[in-house]
Amino acid sequence: MAAPKMSVGKPTADRLPCNTTSFQKKSRSKLVSIPGTRPSIQNGQLIVSTGVTSLDYVIGGGLAVGTLLLIEEDRYDSYSRMLLKYFLAEGVVCGHELYVASALDHPNDILQELPAPILDDIASPKTEDQAKSCDPESQDAMKIAWRYQHLPKVQTALASSSRFGHYYDVSKTMDPEFCQAARCHGFYLPEHSTAVTSPTATTPETYSSLLNNLQEVIHREGFDGTVPQTKSRNILRIGLHSLGSALWDDDLCCRETPSHGHALTTFLYGLRAMLRSSLSVAVVTVPSHLIQNRALMGNITRLCDTAIALESFRGSERETNPLYKDYHGLLDVRQLPYLNCLVCDLPDNKDLAFKLKRKQFSIEVGLCHHNNPLERVVT
Amino acid sequence: MFAELNSILNTSPDSFKPGEFILVSDKHTDASFLIHHFLSFYLRAGCKVCFLGLVQSFSHYSAISQRLGVSLTQAREKGQLVFLEGLKESLGVLLQGEASKGTRTMDFLRDPSSGLRGLYDFVRDNVRGAVGGAEEWGPPVLLVDDLSVVLSLGVSVGAALDFSHYCRATVCSELQGSMVMLVRCEAEEEEESDDEGSERLLRGLIHQCSLTLQVQGLPTGYCRDIHGQVEVCWRGQCDKQQAQKKLFQYKVHDKGASFFARGMSSAVL
Repeated sequence: MAAPKMSVGKPTADRLPCNTTSFQKKSRSKLVSIPGTRPSIQNGQLIVSTGVTSLDYVIGGGLAVGTLLLIEEDRYDSYSRMLLKYFLAEGVVCGHELYVASALDHPNDILQELPAPILDDIASPKTEDQAKSCDPESQDAMKIAWRYQHLPKVQTALASSSRFGHYYDVSKTMDPEFCQAARCHGFYLPEHSTAVTSPTATTPETYSSLLNNLQEVIHREGFDGTVPQTKSRNILRIGLHSLGSALWDDDLCCRETPSHGHALTTFLYGLRAMLRSSLSVAVVTVPSHLIQNRALMGNITRLCDTAIALESFRGSERETNPLYKDYHGLLDVRQLPYLNCLVCDLPDNKDLAFKLKRKQFSIEVGLCHHNNPLERVVT
Repeated sequence: MFAELNSILNTSPDSFKPGEFILVSDKHTDASFLIHHFLSFYLRAGCKVCFLGLVQSFSHYSAISQRLGVSLTQAREKGQLVFLEGLKESLGVLLQGEASKGTRTMDFLRDPSSGLRGLYDFVRDNVRGAVGGAEEWGPPVLLVDDLSVVLSLGVSVGAALDFSHYCRATVCSELQGSMVMLVRCEAEEEEESDDEGSERLLRGLIHQCSLTLQVQGLPTGYCRDIHGQVEVCWRGQCDKQQAQKKLFQYKVHDKGASFFARGMSSAVL
């Protein structure tokens, strides 16, 4: 008997569009309204969408501005990279600024691979005069719904940025013009590394140069509030790919007792300080399956706010297991933050599995725990 | 301030034992709600509080204390509360690289082997009353949230234990004040004595303290209505009774936390 499957990410047709009412709450405080953000239902915190609506639901509505999301990569870095691209694509659609840092691919390459958003056709409305001046006999006269005949024919769709959370088509890449409209800052490690490391350096310089570069961008573009109010406020979305891997000159993933064990954690502490004092949100992916020291992973997790871990079935024996044939992998919510309040909305169920479909990254409650004894029978 | 916790610990803002070193520790869960309890407790009691907030910003504590009925901004203006915002100070140290002209409090970020001397100097200078000022505040209190983060930043366990020892000598013994520290651990799955830092730090601090509150998740797994269990342990003083232990389960609400005996959760009854 199968347990009831609760689909977390329903397509737009079924969901109640709760943010399409014209009701405006009269609030005494002047809330900053930045496109692509909204106050959280639980505690009023300003949140942004991760780009994946089902992930937003799982982490409590969205990512709070000023916090850090840690994604523990799956074995081949396919789904974690996909989540990073969703996050950046959401930034482009909402008009946020982007900051991408990578040691492996050039940030421009990552930005060219962003998935194309599925936008409603924004058609121009026929004005009332136009509708009236049209020869009524030339158009199809409505026989049954004749009261609605004078209304404009095409509904004006909502502008894409006023919605919270969008859907993307993975099989197509984003229009380059659309992508170029967004301001992007990139940090490609081979361009920034010093040719000769200074002899007094005890820790890898890669993280400190990244931190300095990030601070410079935040300060220059005014995300930390130093620029006066003339410029309209915006959010900076920071995507850091594969921190802690050997490409960042860090031996966390290579040895059980790394020589610079606290370089990444010090960087994350500085990043946390920077995020808390600016209008930015960050997503960091870490190849945790390579880190042998579990205590170190615990330290890294505690320095981040929200933490999720992906485990893909590809290449493992679970791929052929009939129990998991509907899914691509498991998603574990390791940590949820308590921000400005004592509690956070804890999820009902922690057994989550994900599936990457063409138009949706869906996360559903898994049918069974992955320690199921049945697994041993079905090999 | 959680009323039920006060009755468990037999304290109240009007009468509490001086010279206490309270250790709050957690494993696989978040015990910071207890820090908020002690912060509002000691502020209500009228003590001079020195708070080392190393992991969260001031506005976070301020927002929560507002819900618990205490205003941190007012306390800070009046001089009752001295708040070290670790995150803000750290940026200055981490970004400049070379010796900065600022305070030396967060120097351990630049050079972890130098230990927590700068942090202790900050505590020592702020825990004593203002020179010549009206001494209207009660005994000093030091709150640290949390001490195990310095281990992630490269400081050795020995340096952290030295820091807590120095603070205890100054705050608890000399000034008859109280101290509350939060330590977050990672439970080890294998028994390898890999010198896992936070476990050693926890053991060292348990030896130094007089009251421990160990917070853990439920051993039977995740539950929505019961967030975990707290083990309260009074360490026996030299001439008093033996160490006493009590186990409670808790659930954290928006404005507080409720504690109950095992199996007595309202969700179950």
